[in-house]
Amino acid sequence: MRVKPQPEPWYQMIVQRHTPPRRVWCNCLCAFIGGGLLCSLAQSALFVLMEFGRLTRQEAAPLVLLGVILLTALLTGLGIYDRLGQKAGAGLAVPISGFANSVAASMMEHQSEGLVLGSGCNSFKLAGAVIVFGIVSAFSVTALKGLIRLLLG
Amino acid sequence: MLEEFLTQFFRAWVVGGAICVIGQLLFDVAHLTPAHTMSLMVSAGSILGILGLYPLLVDFAGMGAMLPISSFGNTLVDGASSGLDSQGFIGIFSGMLQPVSTGVTAAVLFGFAAALLAKPKS
Repeated sequence: MRVKPQPEPWYQMIVQRHTPPRRVWCNCLCAFIGGGLLCSLAQSALFVLMEFGRLTRQEAAPLVLLGVILLTALLTGLGIYDRLGQKAGAGLAVPISGFANSVAASMMEHQSEGLVLGSGCNSFKLAGAVIVFGIVSAFSVTALKGLIRLLLG
Repeated sequence: MLEEFLTQFFRAWVVGGAICVIGQLLFDVAHLTPAHTMSLMVSAGSILGILGLYPLLVDFAGMGAMLPISSFGNTLVDGASSGLDSQGFIGIFSGMLQPVSTGVTAAVLFGFAAALLAKPKS
């Protein structure tokens, strides 16, 4: 006997066919706007420091990074960064502020387990992966460069 | 000067936004976790850094290339390379973390301050 076609599977099929690409496009647009805006605001700060503060790029760039990280820690502490991050997705996770946010957020999250065992031990949960693979890959490529230079004389 | 500012603003937006879109695609299409995505982007940054491509991108886009996490890999390679040039092989070890020190120290310090002062919301 045939089961009468239910509206539910139909609906599911249509949803499945239509939702993923639209969500991906929407997320990408949000990431582009969020991440791009953050980067261009930082660039504006850099421009102001270089033009009016008479700093070179080498001097001004760490100041801007410091400002971005301080602002991120502040917004994370106030609980605003997570809400913004849900909208912007990778737009706020990929920049260095995502790194700072992951450190601050995991420190805050594990606060109840104590300052040392909680905050201290859990601080580099996500950032640890970044540091480990950054150092491993940077060491590999730089050592390779040194070896090639050695071999070529 | 306004024209110069707008050019820099636009370039930083496009390049920074594009790198974030790559990250979002790795989340959504490749179904990677944030940790995998970040590790991949840092490694990609270090490879582009040693090839000399990432510094070109930094010159072009400024903060648009310096803010995304891929620049962490590039900066590590930058420190390791200048250590290699000045002190030889051991310089890779001593120089690697010097340029990224600002970011890591600030993240830990301000994160610790946030953990001391703020109560988690959820």
